[in-house]
Amino acid sequence: MVIAVPTISAVRPMSAVPLESAIRAALADVSDPEIPGLSIVDLGIVRDVQVGPGRVRVELLPTFIGCPAVELIREAVLERLAPFALTVEADITFAEPWTTERITPQGRRQLSERGFAPPTGVALGQELPLFPTIAAAACPWCGSSNTRLENAFGTTLCRAIAHCEDCLQPFEQFKTI
Amino acid sequence: MTAEPARRTTRVVVARDVPSFDAAAIAPATRDTLSELLLTLADDEFVQGFLDSEWTGIAPMLEEDVAFSSLAQDEIGHARVFYELRAALTGEDPDETAFGRPVDAYRHCRLLDHPRTDWAFSIVRRYLYDTADAVRLVALADSSFRPLAEVVAKVRREETYHLLHLDAWVRRLADRGGEACDRLQGALVTLWPDALSMFAPLNGEETLIRERILAEPMARLAARQSERLEAVFAGLGVHLPATTPEVAGGRTRSSPSDGFRWLWGEFTSVHRLEAGATW
Repeated sequence: MVIAVPTISAVRPMSAVPLESAIRAALADVSDPEIPGLSIVDLGIVRDVQVGPGRVRVELLPTFIGCPAVELIREAVLERLAPFALTVEADITFAEPWTTERITPQGRRQLSERGFAPPTGVALGQELPLFPTIAAAACPWCGSSNTRLENAFGTTLCRAIAHCEDCLQPFEQFKTI
Repeated sequence: MTAEPARRTTRVVVARDVPSFDAAAIAPATRDTLSELLLTLADDEFVQGFLDSEWTGIAPMLEEDVAFSSLAQDEIGHARVFYELRAALTGEDPDETAFGRPVDAYRHCRLLDHPRTDWAFSIVRRYLYDTADAVRLVALADSSFRPLAEVVAKVRREETYHLLHLDAWVRRLADRGGEACDRLQGALVTLWPDALSMFAPLNGEETLIRERILAEPMARLAARQSERLEAVFAGLGVHLPATTPEVAGGRTRSSPSDGFRWLWGEFTSVHRLEAGATW
């Protein structure tokens, strides 16, 4: 005679897969304070979500190592996920470098809508050349590509400053990295 | 008496900033040399970052004020990760290593001992620093110490922008001629003896090579950088001083330079007022 012993997973209220989707949906509420209006999921910062009994672990990739927003993002993630598990972990990892290729199509669209040109120029997975020529992006205001780069450094580590020669407006663009 | 409603408490585990690894699994001799390598990486980035920050508010143009403040932020961020990697090996407090050491305990290369001086001097020093650092980072890119290789992959992408910026400035000063080129030339005369100081061999370096933590000996990296600099400056029509840069003693000095003593006084001032202060 076989006695069925309920395992811990059998009595868990939710299976891991729907919980993981719920967590990813919740993470979409968190944004980088230096790039408001764009979720950290669309920014490509969330590398992994792991769900275990009573435990959720999220791996985050910093956009730039010295970015002061990293700690604020981590705190926001911990706070947002607190209702999901007794133990919530948010680890910063360098297991792979965050690159601008990780920004989703929706994220790129949202950047443009906010007057912030999405990154341009480097193909997926390629190592940056030693001396890249940074091209100015198309103007997020009028769409013109008659633009020039004013400064490879900007108001935050992830931004560069450009100028549109047609509509004569300055704009910020996301540094390709 | 009514029972308290069950309150759900979340035990938040605020987590690691650096890749986790088992420090105890690393042989003591390797650990000592590896922690020295990490200290030199951290101190170099830390001191260069504070030198950059000296231009915040007083750079010759607004764009450079922004640029040098970003460079400073990048370098100090890199230093933080290297200090934390070292701390994971040695068990020390990374903040204490960064801010709590006496002025004569820092292991930065002698290139960074000179005071800020003028704009051309800062550009030339930073160019010598960044190009040497690029050579060093290549030698660490495939390090068998994975946590370091992972950080280096990220650092290299960021440093690319530094190289781009400094390369453009050195060319601009050289092409302009006149006073700009004279100052470039003058800065090179002062800095040239320390141009390769980053490549001072580490104690027990052969262990790092054998374990494939570092791809090549520092002396070989120094030779590579020397050739590269000669080619670049010849192409720009800039004369290099006849002196031979010192490599072996690149991180040793009988006493701290006046320039570093002053900088140390600045960057440790808050820590010395109140150790452990946060805001």
